[in-house]
Amino acid sequence: MLKPMTRALKTTFSTGIFALAASGIANAQDVTVSVQNLTQGIYFTPILIAAHGADSHLFQSGQAASASLQAMAEGGDISGLATDLAALSAQSVENPAGGLLGPAQSATATTITTDGTANTHLSIVAMMLPTNDGFIGLDGWEIPTAAGTYTLTLNAYDAGTEANDELINSDTGGVPGTAGIPAAPGGDAGTGGTGVTSQETNSMVHIHRGTLGDLNTTGGVSDLDSRTHRWLNPVARVTVVVE
Amino acid sequence: MKSSTFKTILKNSALCVSVGFALVGCGGSSSSSSSAMMDEADNESDASARAYSVSVINLTANQPFSPVAFIAHKEGYHAWVDGTAASNELEQLAEGGDNAALLAQASSDANYIGHYSGTAPIGPGGQENFQLTFDVTGSASVSLVTMLVNTNDAYTGINGKSIEALDVGDSLTLLAPVWDAGTEANTEAAGTIPGPADGGEGFNASRSGDVDFVAFHPGVISQDDGLASSALNSTHRFDNPAARVIIVRTQ
Repeated sequence: MLKPMTRALKTTFSTGIFALAASGIANAQDVTVSVQNLTQGIYFTPILIAAHGADSHLFQSGQAASASLQAMAEGGDISGLATDLAALSAQSVENPAGGLLGPAQSATATTITTDGTANTHLSIVAMMLPTNDGFIGLDGWEIPTAAGTYTLTLNAYDAGTEANDELINSDTGGVPGTAGIPAAPGGDAGTGGTGVTSQETNSMVHIHRGTLGDLNTTGGVSDLDSRTHRWLNPVARVTVVVE
Repeated sequence: MKSSTFKTILKNSALCVSVGFALVGCGGSSSSSSSAMMDEADNESDASARAYSVSVINLTANQPFSPVAFIAHKEGYHAWVDGTAASNELEQLAEGGDNAALLAQASSDANYIGHYSGTAPIGPGGQENFQLTFDVTGSASVSLVTMLVNTNDAYTGINGKSIEALDVGDSLTLLAPVWDAGTEANTEAAGTIPGPADGGEGFNASRSGDVDFVAFHPGVISQDDGLASSALNSTHRFDNPAARVIIVRTQ
């Protein structure tokens, strides 16, 4: 129902006859986005929120990750994606949480005003720690033209760029293309694991299968803890206020 | 226009279009101007008795649901708030499956409209169907809480979903995820789980060892997946969604 209406409004705008009093619905394009971490034990690295054109994507499930997405998903570095977005005249908010967004925490981004732009779609990404290349993702959600408060939940994706060995590698784990998890911010990871796997069986962006973990803090297959580092989808709530 | 649900927004937008922009503007769903506008458009929306038929269906493999707490209320009542500490009443339901305290608390809330208390647990694959009738002017929302009893403190439900957009004959289907009350560590240990998998302890007021905030549940591990001390086996594992809830307005 929303989509036809949106299209109708766009059409009306483009033909220049939208001169009447429909302003209560149509000119509302101040977009304020909040993200809440709804996991019990996973941290989100700096969040990237972007309004962009309908044909742009930070990622697409079933497609290979870009180098910029890989850097975000493996190391939490959103600078490459931000540069990509700037080249597209997109509007971005970087790192609204001012660092990590812990379990139960929320962050609200500064308002994006999309009036006069072609930035009709919203995308959100942030790496999940501790994972190898897991991230929260929203890919190109069409921003409603009607004012209101909209609630979405986000799933955890796997960038498909690094094997989920579940081993902490604080030296180089965050470097794209290098195995390992850069950090477990909760301080609750183990050491000495042998590695869950060295294979990445799906090299495209896909729904994350979740963490295996184990109960051995000094060995076993995983440095992660099956009691604290698992999750089920969804993992985050996004609240979008359109005014 | 501040409205918490997609459907209400759509409905109000449609009303604004069909009734006319020039009248009273497009107010929120709970405002008096909106109600007046809806009365003009649809006599079924005025403040008379409303009746709803509700079905709660258990989609899990082996997690019976405790007797449901189903509450109709105005905006402003919250059985819980994600990311914040559970109330003692929610803790009693989530750890022990006892809905009495939560329903008593809801009944005394200023935004309370009505409730239904489940007659029995709902087994895997089972469902409970019930009617809820109430008189109300303006907006109405519903909340549901029921424990997954073969867990330490997991529950599924609905957190304040508006049913304002439902006209007579309309139905709304919701798929519910599983929350963790955050009030009891997920040890899965023998003696800590009240359901038939264990027959252990239900409510215990202590919250030590857990995060003390409500979040989505990470799932259970079970003895079949490496947690040797777990009283659970692979059949007790679950994924989202855990329940389907169907609400049909009948009057």
